[in-house]
Amino acid sequence: MISLNWVKDYIDLTGMDLKELAVKVTKAGINVEKVVTNKIDNLTIGEVVECIDHPDSDHLHVCQVNIGDKVTQIVCGAPNVRKGLKVIVALPGAELPGDFVIKASKIRGEESNGMICALYELGLEEETEENYNRGIEELPSDAPVGTDPLLYLGLDDTLYELDVHKHRNNDCYYHIGFAYEIAAILNKKVTLPEASFTEISDNINNHFSLSVDTDKCPYYMAKMVTDIEIKESPDFIKKRLVSAGMRPINNVVDISNYVMLEYGQPMHFFDKDKLGDKIVVRDAYEGEEITTLDEKERVLKASDIVITDGEKPVCIAGVMGGLNTDVDDNTKTILIESAIFDSTSIRYTAGHLNLRSEASIRYGKGLNYEYTEKAMMRACYLLEKYANAKVLSGYVLHDKVDKTEKIVTFKAEDVNKLLGITISTDDMKVELGRLDFDYKLEGDTFTVVIPRRRLDIDPNVNDIAEEIGRLYGYHNLVSTLPRVPIRKGEYVGDVKYRKLISKRLRTLGLNECKTYTLTSPDMAKLFRYENKENVVLPNPMSMDKSIIRSSVLPSLLNIYEYNKSRKVNDVLLYEISKVYDVTFEEDTKIALLMKGNYITNSWAGNSKVDFYLVKGIVENVLDYLGLKNRYSFEVGTCSDLHPGMSANVLLDRENIGIMGRVHPSLYKDEIYVVELSLGKIMSKNVKAIKYKESSKYPAISKDMAFIVKKDVMAKDIMDVIKKACGRLLTDINVFDVYVGENVGSDEKSIAFNLTFQDPTRTLSDEEVMQLFNKAIDAVTTKLNAVLRDK
Amino acid sequence: MLEKQEMIRKSFASDLDSVTNTNMLNELKVKYLGKKGLITELTSNMKDLSIDERKEVGRVSNELKNELNEKINSLESELKLKELNQKLESEKIDISLPATKVPVGAPNVLEKLIEEVEELLMSMGYDVVDGPEIEEDKFNFEMLNIPKGHPARDAQDTFYIKDEEILLRSQTSPVQARTMLKGEGKTPIRMICPGKTYRRDDDDATHSHQFMQIEGLLVDKNISLSDLKGTFDAIAKKLFGEDCKTRFRPSYYQFTEPSVETDISCFVCKGEGCSLCKNTGWITVSGAGMVHPNVLRNCGYDPEEWTGFAFGFGAERLAMLKYGINDIRFFYQTDLRELSTFDRKDSE
Repeated sequence: MISLNWVKDYIDLTGMDLKELAVKVTKAGINVEKVVTNKIDNLTIGEVVECIDHPDSDHLHVCQVNIGDKVTQIVCGAPNVRKGLKVIVALPGAELPGDFVIKASKIRGEESNGMICALYELGLEEETEENYNRGIEELPSDAPVGTDPLLYLGLDDTLYELDVHKHRNNDCYYHIGFAYEIAAILNKKVTLPEASFTEISDNINNHFSLSVDTDKCPYYMAKMVTDIEIKESPDFIKKRLVSAGMRPINNVVDISNYVMLEYGQPMHFFDKDKLGDKIVVRDAYEGEEITTLDEKERVLKASDIVITDGEKPVCIAGVMGGLNTDVDDNTKTILIESAIFDSTSIRYTAGHLNLRSEASIRYGKGLNYEYTEKAMMRACYLLEKYANAKVLSGYVLHDKVDKTEKIVTFKAEDVNKLLGITISTDDMKVELGRLDFDYKLEGDTFTVVIPRRRLDIDPNVNDIAEEIGRLYGYHNLVSTLPRVPIRKGEYVGDVKYRKLISKRLRTLGLNECKTYTLTSPDMAKLFRYENKENVVLPNPMSMDKSIIRSSVLPSLLNIYEYNKSRKVNDVLLYEISKVYDVTFEEDTKIALLMKGNYITNSWAGNSKVDFYLVKGIVENVLDYLGLKNRYSFEVGTCSDLHPGMSANVLLDRENIGIMGRVHPSLYKDEIYVVELSLGKIMSKNVKAIKYKESSKYPAISKDMAFIVKKDVMAKDIMDVIKKACGRLLTDINVFDVYVGENVGSDEKSIAFNLTFQDPTRTLSDEEVMQLFNKAIDAVTTKLNAVLRDK
Repeated sequence: MLEKQEMIRKSFASDLDSVTNTNMLNELKVKYLGKKGLITELTSNMKDLSIDERKEVGRVSNELKNELNEKINSLESELKLKELNQKLESEKIDISLPATKVPVGAPNVLEKLIEEVEELLMSMGYDVVDGPEIEEDKFNFEMLNIPKGHPARDAQDTFYIKDEEILLRSQTSPVQARTMLKGEGKTPIRMICPGKTYRRDDDDATHSHQFMQIEGLLVDKNISLSDLKGTFDAIAKKLFGEDCKTRFRPSYYQFTEPSVETDISCFVCKGEGCSLCKNTGWITVSGAGMVHPNVLRNCGYDPEEWTGFAFGFGAERLAMLKYGINDIRFFYQTDLRELSTFDRKDSE
């Protein structure tokens, strides 16, 4: 939360519409998510001039309240309402938080023309039991009757709730940094707050020594103040802290928070008398313990940074102080720490201790040493002024900060080219001035020194372009298209294959799935037909997403179940996805799952998915990829498939995947799956498409049927026939398979239709019969088959 | 002779009257015009006649033959038509019975959306490329100007696989680095990479540990932020219609400088303000910016010579906006009841 009243300390915003300003700030890159205005109409300061008990209630009071121009009657239930009290009165028409509009009414018969309020009822405090019990807000006796109470209390503030991107947190989450942002937008100047104080002759070095034994603390400054008086903070500090969402505690604690919200620099105050005479900053020991301010035991890691008194830790650097050196009501002497710690280390420590505080967040984003020093001086000033502190002269300092200035050299043209706009050199000077960037202009070349508060800016022209561009306004950019040569974009490599196969499978009726790469150990156990080890995540979020899959099929089975439980019975699915093995070797799998009806007509008969339909789909896809006649199927070996209804798919005699019915012990349902390796398919070369003329000469068709043992495969018979007939056999088909009464119980009959044709001449019956008989001879002798009579 | 002829004509007429189908007609045809038919009979004893008589008998029987033929033919076509109509009538089906369902697969909705973007950008000369999902820290972060310990890494809570070096990519941006390295600092680049990415998020209606990004990169000479704006305009119009307006807002990404967040005008309320756009009239759809000089340098391109822009869309977010989907898990469930909706062309 940024308090605009606070920002006004550093920059003149007289007459500004703060809602409009919020829009400007957002356009320039810092997103103001919400503008909160603590302004309520029809609110006034009143004085209770008479207070009597309600005649019809045991706790209500009937009050006469002077609201300046008149005296009005209000019924009030607060226990602390009494005659003479100055109070906050909400008059009819006042709109309180929660869309509560005050109206004149009668309460148990007594007229009531408003409400006497507590701060929480105005949304200015949290609605806690403590605040509730306190009753109505009691204003000081000098509060001017008839005026705006929020103005009187200094709570008439406007607050911006910011959503700042990571890089700007370090300069827009504190008021001075935000003032610079507004200054750039409005082209105004920032005035830094007063920070002068008197030092006493006693020097810190008489009392104190510092040693930094870690390279994770580039900057550590300490000063000492004494004779402090712990008391309540002055009103303006309290109000500001409340506005920013912090609770006032006492002047000392409040000042450390106040300075942090001004300069973005977290401060830590040690009770010097508890601390001793030495500070050693070092890496924590693994397992070292400290009790923090919130009275919790913390166990540290070697990667944490600790502030110690030379022996024991007194503070977890950048995260939280130790209870052993905390400032209490009796504290007289304080050692003030203003330091920079390694931001990564602080983020890690805050994370593992689960202690994300205002301070640790700021350290975690990185700090600017100039403000580390300025914050120290400002804290001394405030402690002197509001805690009667005496500031010892001198300081102890460890300073290993790299102070190299960030310098960029560029021309206006460079910025224009990057943004696609035209800003003249003169306009560029104005923009740099607004940003408060020091620059030199020689000829048309700028040399800019980036202010240290802008940790986000790197010294290159792109960063300057961004600063200029956001002030210029991206909404003012004109859309152009890159002036580049015309070319056609392409699907490259496996993307091309994915698209081709995907399109084909959709045409063939399969629905495209996308499932999770991370899977459970149980799912990863299935379809391990390649015998590959899986990648197991070292720190999974949950067991069911702990393994990188090497087969897509278990995920498709999940999708099957999902649909089945929603009464979808015909499930045709595919997914093409990457899989990995333990050596991180990548493959892309084409996975299919088919179950139920392929072609559905429930009144005239369906066409069900079976092994041969799925085989047809596989062949269709491979043919489409130009691989006709290069693939084959052999009896399947994957143990998660039905042993009698599965096949290994081979391409150029290389195994490229599996297909078949899911093993009935896994699923009783008749589910068929296919999984092919796209990597292996892609590795094959395919010939160019070439026209092939059909023969002009007639084809001769012949049938033959054999009785063979059941385990003889049709393909073996066809292979023998093909070999016997040679090139004149142009096609061979199975047109009947029979098992039953007319053949032995261990036998089957298969009938083939053979087509003979020659592209150059008409075949004679004799030569066809010769080949036909040759084929019959070959099959009967080689495969122990019997020719079946017609 | 003439009597015979007249008798034949009469008996034919009565026979013809009783014919009701083509079979009967064929029988009739045989009876009168067949080889042993009545007309043939009429001319059977011609050899006993004189030449003139023969001529006369020939002429008369020919006339009769023609006459009968004509009548038969005419009835034949009449009967055939009738029989055809009867056949057609008997073949009539109930055309209102439900159709046979021929399977056609639906695309995954994310892929459908991605393909729309691909189609546009390919026409503008962008290649569609792919990259590994198990990625090296070097490509996923370091070369993209996100060194170890950088807070930008915290926001992308990453699945590390091996030490801090091998990970499931948390963004598709490593493909930028890989593509530039392949270009060796010499080749101009136009590419998009739609792909899966992974972050440690608990799955709910708006979060998913796995999600798709559409990464785009253009590296060439004299490329400006205005060029990015024009390119983004084209994509927004392609996805959300010609009247879609766009807006850039300053933002921050480690691998682009300047960086912008890109908004489209709310297509529900047309900028008036509604619940979808949270009353702003604008919807944020992507992050983009000019490629950071450090990234160009890391990947072998001299930033003095080359400039470029990069953009990244969340495919789920685009699809949720475009189709009114309110649960990100939808994309990964493949509910076939819902998927079929997407198997069609979109409105123009």
